[in-house]
Amino acid sequence: MKITTKLWIGIVVLIALAPLGLLLPEYFNANDAWGEWGTDGIKELTGYIPRGLEKLSSLWNAPMPDYAFKGWEEKGLPHLSFAYIISAIAGIAIVVLAAFIIGKILSKKGE
Amino acid sequence: MHIPDGYLGPTTCGVFYAFMLPIWVVASKIVRKTLKARQVPLLAIAAAFSFVIMMLNVPIPGGTTGHAVGAVLAAILLGPWAACIAVTVALVVQALLFGDGGITAIGANCLNMAFVEVFSGYYLYRLFSYGSDVSSGRRVIAAGIAGYAALNIAALSTAVMFGVQPLLHKTANGQALYCPYGLNVAIPAMLGEHLLIFGWVEAAVTALVIKYLQKQAPELLAEGGR
Repeated sequence: MKITTKLWIGIVVLIALAPLGLLLPEYFNANDAWGEWGTDGIKELTGYIPRGLEKLSSLWNAPMPDYAFKGWEEKGLPHLSFAYIISAIAGIAIVVLAAFIIGKILSKKGE
Repeated sequence: MHIPDGYLGPTTCGVFYAFMLPIWVVASKIVRKTLKARQVPLLAIAAAFSFVIMMLNVPIPGGTTGHAVGAVLAAILLGPWAACIAVTVALVVQALLFGDGGITAIGANCLNMAFVEVFSGYYLYRLFSYGSDVSSGRRVIAAGIAGYAALNIAALSTAVMFGVQPLLHKTANGQALYCPYGLNVAIPAMLGEHLLIFGWVEAAVTALVIKYLQKQAPELLAEGGR
């Protein structure tokens, strides 16, 4: 088997394991990463929402916020784990496509 | 380590976009000279690895979460300039599609993870593996040290970006406009958690993959970074 095939299998295994990145923090009662709180979280921490932060924080509406489907915020962990895997597949598909296009444009032919 | 929208003031965001722009241009020019067509799948794999490893959040029980970036591994296998492009692709998709990292902070986040971590990791690996055989244990240790140290250097630069905000932007009554925490809070918090936990995750994934490649495809390690 070619080494790249083996590494692609590794990526697929990591996609399958990705929900651990959701479940382990939940299990160990760990919250957001430092500096990545939402406006509610920051109000809880500091007692106020910085005005500029409030304005800019809603600037971008990502199609799959937090690696989940919109409106799934209240769904249980099995649903969120499923959405997490779909997000990983979709994200990696786009990342790989973009990397291949950039790579093809930049690389030297025939080597 | 993905700075969201709203934590950095507009000027800070602009400065880091302006900083990254020439780096991306130089990276494309250098990669055009050095990347071989058969390395393109490896570029895609490195970007995919970085993307998915950043989704694997590691908890500090009762505390915060963090993750490895995979930037040092990319740098060892592809050289720093191609790795910069690979990690940038992952970060841009994370910001645009998943709101992980702000779109105003893409410059800042790429500076931390696709430049600072990539280059510090690459040169630390070169330093610690200098003169060693491709199959030597020293290579594995060098990869681990580079992963650990580079993630922490990136965490420090992220903390400085957060921490200078209260100095730059305040309302008349002293409330912060953007990130409310100064350097005295941001640096110990960011660096502490990365020194304690997340740095070891980056060290482990980097070292383990290098060990695996020593057995499976030593030619990738021999050629990496040329």
